[in-house]
Amino acid sequence: MLDGSRGPAPQLAMQILVRMAEVYGADALMDITQAHIDSTIYLGDATLEFAERLAGLGAKVAVPTSLNVSGVDECGWKDWAVPAEWAGKAARQMLAYERMGTTPTWTCAPYQTKMRPAFGQQIAWGESNAIAFANSVIGARTERYPDLLDICCAITGRVPAVGLHLTENRAGQLLLRLADVPPALQEDAQFFAVLGHLVGKLSGELIPVIDGVTSIPTEDQLKAFSAAVASSGRVALFHMIGVTPEAPTLDAAFQGRAPQQTRTITMEDLRAARRELTTADGQPLDMVILGSPHFSPAEFAALAPLVAGKQRHPSVRFLITSGRFMKETAEKSGTLAPIVEFGAQITLDTCILASPMLPPEIKTLMTNSPKYAYYAPSLLNTRVTFGSLADCVRSAVEGRVVRDDSLWETR
Amino acid sequence: MSLLLHGRSVVAGSAEGEALVTHEALSFWGGYDFHTGTIIDKHHPLAGVSAAGRVLAVPFSKGSSTTTAVLLEAVRAGTAPAAILTTDVDSFFALASIVAGVMYARSFPVVALGARDFDALESGVRLVVEPDGTVRRV
Repeated sequence: MLDGSRGPAPQLAMQILVRMAEVYGADALMDITQAHIDSTIYLGDATLEFAERLAGLGAKVAVPTSLNVSGVDECGWKDWAVPAEWAGKAARQMLAYERMGTTPTWTCAPYQTKMRPAFGQQIAWGESNAIAFANSVIGARTERYPDLLDICCAITGRVPAVGLHLTENRAGQLLLRLADVPPALQEDAQFFAVLGHLVGKLSGELIPVIDGVTSIPTEDQLKAFSAAVASSGRVALFHMIGVTPEAPTLDAAFQGRAPQQTRTITMEDLRAARRELTTADGQPLDMVILGSPHFSPAEFAALAPLVAGKQRHPSVRFLITSGRFMKETAEKSGTLAPIVEFGAQITLDTCILASPMLPPEIKTLMTNSPKYAYYAPSLLNTRVTFGSLADCVRSAVEGRVVRDDSLWETR
Repeated sequence: MSLLLHGRSVVAGSAEGEALVTHEALSFWGGYDFHTGTIIDKHHPLAGVSAAGRVLAVPFSKGSSTTTAVLLEAVRAGTAPAAILTTDVDSFFALASIVAGVMYARSFPVVALGARDFDALESGVRLVVEPDGTVRRV
């Protein structure tokens, strides 16, 4: 590929990949069988020029490849504050990646589509939450691939043979023990999101192992954990004893080695972490925002009975960000109808962080997503209250922030 | 005080600028406004500070995979740091520089100093970064 005999696009992708193999200190490249492309996110002219340069050279992916969110909801952007120039350029960037023979999943939760990889599968994934989920919850194997490199891996079908692709590098390094965390709190819908936010901050560059989880998290709770741990930190793989597939026991998670560090997580640590996810104070509320990572069919199903027969307050918007396949599933199963009747809006294939869609009058948000709570204050200059799904619905109905803190702030 | 450090040159290049040092990891997506070169992560101690044209010392990248794309946009817009110094080799910063070289013939030096040498850095001093990974005060 490097000599150009396979065409100019594989040559360019391989040139970048070989430079990166040197950076990683890899002796060899290895095959992958799937990729997920985070480079789809339109930021400006540079991301567009990169995509169109590859597409213009005739680039085609060599392995089944899913696409992360784009910079625009092609069907719904006109309902929002997205500038027309942005929408046009973001759509061009979408087209460039579609022309490469990819599967247009347009979601940050590709593990909840038909493109979900299998345990042990060697993949090259971008998107920090998806990397953490694929490695940790599924046991597929990907390094923490950044934008611009993920597509080079997909075009060549190769990655540097290093890091989390190799068994010996997947052992836990940091032991985090939950101490005196009541089982009732572990059952709370916010627990794994808050724990993820905390673990990301505590982990530095180490692979964390969480011991002492007594409840069995749902897939969407592990999704929230993955998103949180990869926002507040750089975690690409975590082990949760008794929960994740490479961690049936402490010994298995550490591959028989001793932890490099050990730390206890207390109730007070968790309280402080939860407080950090809220930057708003008082009760004003402009919008409830759900779906980072994208709202799943199971999340639509959980929301439907909470909103059935109710109406959102006219002064509070209620937005769900999701992917086209997730919405279609919810539509078919009948869970979408009561949510729409409640007054919710759905944005597809992008999110409020990746598309400049919120009008300036929206200043205070409420969410159950730790990723939205982490990034919205910096990226959107909004203030955020973090709460449970039930808190979000109740607040939308009452038109002001209402939150049940009883499990968290008293013992 | 003189300062002479020899790091691993991850992406080779020359740069000179005022040091901006932090011990907290940074995600450029949600953390760096490429239109201005300002650090915008409200959780970060350098929030509100411009890193454009400076020698940015940050131990490692965290958070979003899109950090690399934000840095590429910053290079194109002329708002990127002049060089980035890290503790260990950071693949995100390296990739951004390599692709900036491919796309715009404008890579920037990336040097991994190791934790001890990294700790010798302080904000405000003027640093020169050389292609072999040497970092010295001028």
